[in-house]
Amino acid sequence: MKENTDTDTQSSGSEVAERIRRSATSDRPYQFLLRGTALFFGAVIVVFVWSVVHTAWPAISTFGFGLVTGSSWVAGTGPYGALPLLTDTVLTTLIALVFAVPIGLASALALLFLIPQKIRSTASSLIELLAAVPSVVYGLWGLWYLVPWFTKTLQPFLAGVTGGRWPFNGPQEGFSVLLAGLVLSIMILPTIVAISRDVISVVPRDLIEGGLSLGATRGQVFLRVVLPSARTGILGAIALGAGRALGETIAVAMVIGSNPQIPHSLFTSGATLASTIATQFGEASGSTGSALAALALMLMVITASVNAGARVLTKRARMPR
Amino acid sequence: MTDLLTQLPPDPILERRAIIHARAAKTIRRRTWISNFFLAALVAAFLIALIPLGSVIFALIDRGLSSITWNFLSTLPQQPSLIAQNSIGGIGNAIEGTVIIDGLAGIIAIPIALLVGLYLSESSSRIANFLRAIVEIMTGLPSILLGVFAYEYVVVPMKAFSGLAGIVALSVLMVPVIAKASELAFRGVPSTLREAGLALGARSSRVSRGVIIPAAMPGVITGVLLSLARAMGETAPILLVIGASGTWGWNPMHQMSSLPLLTYNYSGSQYPSQRAAAWGVALALVAMVMLLSLGSRFVSARMRKERR
Repeated sequence: MKENTDTDTQSSGSEVAERIRRSATSDRPYQFLLRGTALFFGAVIVVFVWSVVHTAWPAISTFGFGLVTGSSWVAGTGPYGALPLLTDTVLTTLIALVFAVPIGLASALALLFLIPQKIRSTASSLIELLAAVPSVVYGLWGLWYLVPWFTKTLQPFLAGVTGGRWPFNGPQEGFSVLLAGLVLSIMILPTIVAISRDVISVVPRDLIEGGLSLGATRGQVFLRVVLPSARTGILGAIALGAGRALGETIAVAMVIGSNPQIPHSLFTSGATLASTIATQFGEASGSTGSALAALALMLMVITASVNAGARVLTKRARMPR
Repeated sequence: MTDLLTQLPPDPILERRAIIHARAAKTIRRRTWISNFFLAALVAAFLIALIPLGSVIFALIDRGLSSITWNFLSTLPQQPSLIAQNSIGGIGNAIEGTVIIDGLAGIIAIPIALLVGLYLSESSSRIANFLRAIVEIMTGLPSILLGVFAYEYVVVPMKAFSGLAGIVALSVLMVPVIAKASELAFRGVPSTLREAGLALGARSSRVSRGVIIPAAMPGVITGVLLSLARAMGETAPILLVIGASGTWGWNPMHQMSSLPLLTYNYSGSQYPSQRAAAWGVALALVAMVMLLSLGSRFVSARMRKERR
């Protein structure tokens, strides 16, 4: 060891440079491996996108823009118009957000500021547990518990209170966009809680203490200081939740009634883009298969843009101000 | 001195502040009351958020536990023609299929994902940033799209449904999740450790192997186990590509059975006995998923403790 150090100190500058150069060259396989794998995965993604476009292409070239604007979807024979599916997808997502955003933000605030330190980590792992339950289990639960509850209790109650006026008119069969939205809201809640908790936790301490020192109550500080200063990130959390809701498949397919129609009330059954792909892909052949791939393409474009937007928002929110 | 002060003209800002203070003092009781009510509502909302979780867990145990027997877990499902007269049989091959599909998907995805994560954590070139954005967007894409992908590139060329198609779909699903988690874990390693390694004359491959990866291990393992858990519960992509099987099968080139798919199929079955057994299947699935998620917590907590 001693001798080594001696020879090292004696070696000339050019020799050291040579050694560094050699070690850099011999490290090249490693760099190739990293870049190669990254490139490979990039290629897989390209192939993935291409597979959807390629499968959808026959339908796109035959039906053109009518695929998006057509108001009737009949599997097997056509016509293939995704408008009912698009409206149901957006409607169920909006319903999900109506429930999940207030409850999610409240839970995030409660987890950060209100729940005693001792049980805080238990409480937040309970919310994470909500995310660990597979989608199909929520569907099963909705089918066995929420559908009967809807038909026996909630739908008659809502129709009774409002006198059966819009949007609480129509069939009381349980399977409905409202039920799908409710199930979705449970499924996206963990996403909204986790992300909004992250972005709320970086609200500067000074702002909160400044508000309190001016005599504002804690409630006022939450509403007027914490939420406004975290609003970009909260929007990002909502967008991420919306992205999940738009693409959620199995649970929705099990409770929405799989009946592609433009909804005329919250009680009508429906079908979303994703649920239609799931329920009809098995029997699909030829033009239906291609039209379903076109639905997949629409779903991909919509969710990718929502997620990209969410990414920009949450990234901006985490940046130091 | 006091004379001088009284001679000063009244300060409008001070006056305004006095008015505000007076008003704040007058309303403090009401505001505190409203605030406490609001805070209570926040906690109540959090508790409401836990109701579905409680209900799902209760339902799983209440309706599922009675079907779970050793026989149910270890035997094959009943022939469809005999279900009406006999018991519905077991889910042994579905458990086997789930483990094989999830395991093989993990074996394919983990090395790729770790290398992608390492690449993303070391590089900040324009290409790396682009790939990072794509990886993040991929984590949010609906899993059913990967079913369409596996259908087009595995099922169509093979002209048959197969476990392999499910493995392809799930591994593409897992890579972005693991890559993201491991990138964060690699980035969390203090840069001083990396620099110390480089200063000792180690190549960056040696530093990665000897310093970065071991130091980031808890985070990486958490990410891997969580993504395995998530993939295990995925139904949508599996539904499109693996077909169905009523027999034991170790060969992923053939059709396979899997727990999430069986839950879905049983839930819509024409036989009441199968519909009821869907809860047993779901309970077995949730137990396996929870084992992985809790395992990830346990492993990372344990490794963090050992470090200290």
